[in-house]
Amino acid sequence: MHIPDGYISPATAGIMYAASAPFWYLAVNRVRHALTHRTVPVLALFAAFAFVLQMFNLPLPGGTTGHAVGGTLLAIVAGPWAAVLGISVVLGIQALFFGDGGLLAFGANCFNMAIVLPLTGYFVYRVIAGGTEATSPRRLLAAIAGSYIGINAAAFFTGIELGIQPLLFHTADGTPLYAPYGLGIALPAMMVGHLLIAGIVEALVTGLVFAYLQRTNSSLIEADVTRRKGGKLRLLWGALGLAVLASPLGLLASGTAWGEWGIEELQSLGLGFIPQGLAGLEGWWPAPLPDYGFPRMGAVIGYILSACVGIALVVFILWMLGRKLSHKDLSQKGPSSREGARA
Amino acid sequence: MKGEGFLSRNIAHLTQALESVIFAENMARAPGLLQGLDPRVKMATFLLFIVTVGLARSLATLAIIFALILVLVWLSRVPLLFFLKRVLFFVPVFAVVIAIPALFITPGDTLIAIAGNIGITQQGARAAGLLVLRVTDSLSLGVLLILTTTWTNLLMALRWFRLPPLVVATIGMTYRYIFLLLHNANAMFLARRSRTVGGFSGGENRRWLARALTTTLAKSQHLSEEVYLAMLSRGYRGEVLALSSFSLRRRDIFWAAFALTAIVLLLWSNSL
Repeated sequence: MHIPDGYISPATAGIMYAASAPFWYLAVNRVRHALTHRTVPVLALFAAFAFVLQMFNLPLPGGTTGHAVGGTLLAIVAGPWAAVLGISVVLGIQALFFGDGGLLAFGANCFNMAIVLPLTGYFVYRVIAGGTEATSPRRLLAAIAGSYIGINAAAFFTGIELGIQPLLFHTADGTPLYAPYGLGIALPAMMVGHLLIAGIVEALVTGLVFAYLQRTNSSLIEADVTRRKGGKLRLLWGALGLAVLASPLGLLASGTAWGEWGIEELQSLGLGFIPQGLAGLEGWWPAPLPDYGFPRMGAVIGYILSACVGIALVVFILWMLGRKLSHKDLSQKGPSSREGARA
Repeated sequence: MKGEGFLSRNIAHLTQALESVIFAENMARAPGLLQGLDPRVKMATFLLFIVTVGLARSLATLAIIFALILVLVWLSRVPLLFFLKRVLFFVPVFAVVIAIPALFITPGDTLIAIAGNIGITQQGARAAGLLVLRVTDSLSLGVLLILTTTWTNLLMALRWFRLPPLVVATIGMTYRYIFLLLHNANAMFLARRSRTVGGFSGGENRRWLARALTTTLAKSQHLSEEVYLAMLSRGYRGEVLALSSFSLRRRDIFWAAFALTAIVLLLWSNSL
């Protein structure tokens, strides 16, 4: 799922950096708050573990092998925000040293694998696990389902990022400049591979490790159970997070069509008149690379960028709200020592 | 046999990862053009080059950039074959495989007709060429940067680019402990293999792997506590302090001037 440089345009790469930034900011603050001085060693060791986990090739029935990302597992053991940072660090080291994933595409890779994957996986895990014991079979099922859904959500976003490339970036004669396949091919290609193989590897590794943890080292899971206080609020958080994650879909799924018409297209759509304001506005944003053969690309980028700013704003407001609420929470209950050991 | 194959594969994989990184570090210490540059300047110019590769729209521009990279490889005394093997081995090969269907299915003017409606289109051929060259160029730049910069210098440069000290410290420590955990994992595989006669079924291997992973997980958690205590005992108070003694020299300025001129020329040739 690591996107190398060259598959997505620098514009997309920039937008994906912008989309990841608020999550990184939030994660650094969260983790720092929970771990205080322990942050560096705890994050580093969990990241190193995730790196090693990704190097283990699991034998699959049928003779092939595959490796897991481990995002959901890390989120369960270390907490979702520590997982966001841990996997980001792993991706950074992989991009620098092993050429696994590009440097420009780093933002996109982090968004998919270090943000969407662990947050979705952890959310599903929490919803299914409910208030069960650390050693309950339901919790095992939750871990398996979470990891499977998490990695497929990540693959879905990857497919979309690749699939919009030929649509948005091509020359005047229709030559795609980056990944050449549209959503119709890129999305199914990503999804089939992950639903059938990578997802199963991820679920298998998470499930096997989780089951073994339940038998031998359930304290690593128990920290999660005791933290379940205020679970409703966290659920809400998760739901909002997912909604935020899904929000760019609206503008990406329909490609360039809905709401991004130019004047001529509006006319061809059968709109008899052109709104005065729109006629004046067209062209105020000069396309930075007009030769890309997509004259309104600037507008598209502007549109996506403003969506990202919107997301960032929502996240910020929610974060402030969350901080207020959790401060109240803390002053009522007093900080628990368990809390300190996890992010 | 099956079981043994799986174990040796994992051992080979882990050892190879270790060696490739250690070899890179040696090269970064050797004398050469890029090795002698200020890491901040090098990092910034390389990132600009990668963006240029991203913006390029002509095959010629991308080919020129690759030629330029090879010249830099030569001037930095990085063994050419080693470099090409490292760059071309996986990612561009994968890009070629990805690009092949695009030759045929990209709509456009027919370049080579094969049968009936099937044929390679001009647009398809160009799209495939752009993808493969772009991927190769970007990866080469990244690899060359890493081969000619020591890890400590890279971290210092990251800090200078205003990455939070906490994040830089985490990256540095992660890198260090990856080696330790990989060595541990390697030892586990070796120990297992030394006691293996005959083979194991896939299921047994999977269960063993899960145990190895869980043990590694528990070890890393335990280790993080110990590392923290060690840090505390040395006076760590939650702040990450680091020395940075960078100073720009004349060659850095020459290099920056050259790089910026090259980038402007490349982008200009791009629009021809």
